[in-house]
Amino acid sequence: MLSRVANSIYWMSRYLERAENVARFIGVNLNLSLDMPGEYGEQWGPLVNITGDGEFFTKRYGETTRENVLHFLTFDRDNPNSILSCVRHARENARSVREIISSEMWEQANHFYLMVKDAAANKSSLENPHDFYQNVKTESHLFDGITEATMSHGEAWHFLQMGELLERADKTSRILDVKYFILLPDQHVLGAAIDNIQWSALLKSASALEMYRKHSKQITPSKVAEFLLLNKDFPRSVQSCLRRATNSLRAITGSQQDDFSNVIERRLGKLLADLNYTQIDEIISCGLHEFLDGLQTRLNKIDDAIFESYFTLRPLTGRSAT
Amino acid sequence: MPLDFKLYDTENFYDELIQPSGAPRPGAKILVGRIEALHDGEIIARQKAAEAAMYNMGITFTVYGNDESTEKIFPFDIVPRIVEAKDWEYIERGLKQRIHALNMFLDDIYHKQKILKDKIIPADMILSASSFRPQCVGLDVPRGIWCHITGTDLIRDRDGQHYVLEDNLRCPSGVSYVLENRQVLKRTLPIAFEASRVRAVDDYPARLLETLQFLAPDNIPSPTVVVLTPGMYNSAYFEHSFLAQQMGVELVEGSDLVVMDGYVHMRTTSGFQRVDVIYRRIDDDFIDPKAFRADSVLGVPGLMDVYRNGRVALANAPGTGIADDKAVYTYLPQIVKYYLGEDMILPNVPTHICADEKEREYVLANLDKLVVKATNESGGYGMLVGPHSTKEQQTQFAELIRKNPRNYIAQPTLALSRAPVLVDDHFEGRHIDLRPYILYGKDIYVVPGGLTRVALKKGSLVVNSSQGGGSKDTWVLS
Repeated sequence: MLSRVANSIYWMSRYLERAENVARFIGVNLNLSLDMPGEYGEQWGPLVNITGDGEFFTKRYGETTRENVLHFLTFDRDNPNSILSCVRHARENARSVREIISSEMWEQANHFYLMVKDAAANKSSLENPHDFYQNVKTESHLFDGITEATMSHGEAWHFLQMGELLERADKTSRILDVKYFILLPDQHVLGAAIDNIQWSALLKSASALEMYRKHSKQITPSKVAEFLLLNKDFPRSVQSCLRRATNSLRAITGSQQDDFSNVIERRLGKLLADLNYTQIDEIISCGLHEFLDGLQTRLNKIDDAIFESYFTLRPLTGRSAT
Repeated sequence: MPLDFKLYDTENFYDELIQPSGAPRPGAKILVGRIEALHDGEIIARQKAAEAAMYNMGITFTVYGNDESTEKIFPFDIVPRIVEAKDWEYIERGLKQRIHALNMFLDDIYHKQKILKDKIIPADMILSASSFRPQCVGLDVPRGIWCHITGTDLIRDRDGQHYVLEDNLRCPSGVSYVLENRQVLKRTLPIAFEASRVRAVDDYPARLLETLQFLAPDNIPSPTVVVLTPGMYNSAYFEHSFLAQQMGVELVEGSDLVVMDGYVHMRTTSGFQRVDVIYRRIDDDFIDPKAFRADSVLGVPGLMDVYRNGRVALANAPGTGIADDKAVYTYLPQIVKYYLGEDMILPNVPTHICADEKEREYVLANLDKLVVKATNESGGYGMLVGPHSTKEQQTQFAELIRKNPRNYIAQPTLALSRAPVLVDDHFEGRHIDLRPYILYGKDIYVVPGGLTRVALKKGSLVVNSSQGGGSKDTWVLS
């Protein structure tokens, strides 16, 4: 398939997954602040740090009030990672590959965008933020379902999967970071009961609470981290995302298991092996935040390699006809 | 109260659906009966549903200027236009003859130029035209076909006679609306559609693909066909991607293609892949910066060389613009006679060439009655509709014509035929035209249908979408 098309499909699904996950971040924070004892107040600053846009935010908005942060992450056209921007980019990408994807997928991408655009134009849409962010998740899930059911699982679909799964792996790791940032100021002040509630809220934001319960009865920080990072069955865990991304990559390259034919396979394979053979205790004792940071950096390097290997094909110099 | 045509007034125009007496024309009987039988408000609800469907399907075009909400659906009217079988038979015959002659004209103009040597057309008029491409002289195009896809604009005068208003042999657009309008109408008026025995247009993409494959260089069992688009910001992008999708071929941009080892290749995730046929939706000027405009970033450097060597086919061939030059258009009767020895079946609208001194004087004296058009403009730009113009506009055009007479032609203001359009809660007559599409491959095929464009503004004669026009489904009866 065309390199440009592969690029667009990859980014279409990445952007949609990103929009969904921004809604999840905000969801976790809305939940956390509801459950937070009054004296600790609401903490919105950490959210902008997690998405890596802290500096940009400060320049534009200054104070990290709830209103500012919600607007920045949701409807700000100048923030390339806001939900509106992501959905708009995704839909532009979908439009540019309309002949490759099913018309149902395009219509859903279009519908998703129109929903967010209309909400952005409507001042009261964040009065009940839970509804709006729930809608964002639902639209994104619809797209995933329609994709699964209407698009051939060929090369284009595998690029789409890679985009979605790598983005999800990155964002699941950042959802874990929300808790880290929020806990940081007063680690010892909060009682165990509050802590428990917060971890539940976090699991809920990753749609993981029920599945976690089936896995372990008690909510403990290390078990939650283990579930979201290393669990092999939960579809939003980092391990699961990377394993399936690896499968899609192999379907594209045709490489055998435990072998690699390009730098993406090498980097992704190494990262997956690390996750497969690491225990949560090691991660916690070395520092969860540091681990997550490293994970995110390695994911970025994988993305760079995908770009280099597939999206920029240059003719060999000297061979081009005059 | 259900909607009916009791108060509908044809106002002394030829109406495609309703006779002056108020009774429907024979072919429209079923449709009109069906619409009048719908219960209160139903037709309005169906119109709205059709518009919503188009919006959600993203069948939109981009309006430049403001930031968000820049997309609009191409306005669409729910009442189809009906073409009776005998009228269609005449149109089809006329169009086939025309395309046949125009193709021979193109081949001649870029080779021996016999028609110029025999002084049928002034050589100077052709050779001085900006749409004449010296780069194409001597070009042997695949299978001798230059104009593979043509859209010809037809109008109908008060007496019911059809005329050709202009030929579009470059990259005519709009066929996607023909297909989408049909999809929507099948859903909104299914019973009338079925009972009226309407001819199908749905196999257009398959026929287009066949036409394109026919052009591939020899000995290629399954040629790779692509659609070349300027990109998603082009106003016709929807159509480009629609056609690629319907044909099941790649939609490429200039940067996806590269000339290497004497062939055209596309950049794919598994390396370079050879391309055999390009349905290009980019103007001649931009397809190859080495051959045409050097500043083009939309095209493929070196493409024309590969084309000249017969290693890739282009549809339409570069240089076809000379055949739809509005001054050349006036010579169509002579062109048909010269190459085919036949009288032209479908007449042109009588046209005054401003380059001719006598005719120019007549045009300048009658600017308030005539329609003046720039010979190299399209889309309803650079145009003066005399009876609807102000004195200042007329003075301005008089100046333009004197300055560059070669650039202008003038035609009498015809009473374009009309068809009923749903306006709020009733029907009103609006002027329309018809653009059928013609494919030239193994043989010449006219799609039984076409794009009916409507001037939605009351009394307006300009049907172009850039000027407030809309469209209707076109039902050719069998």
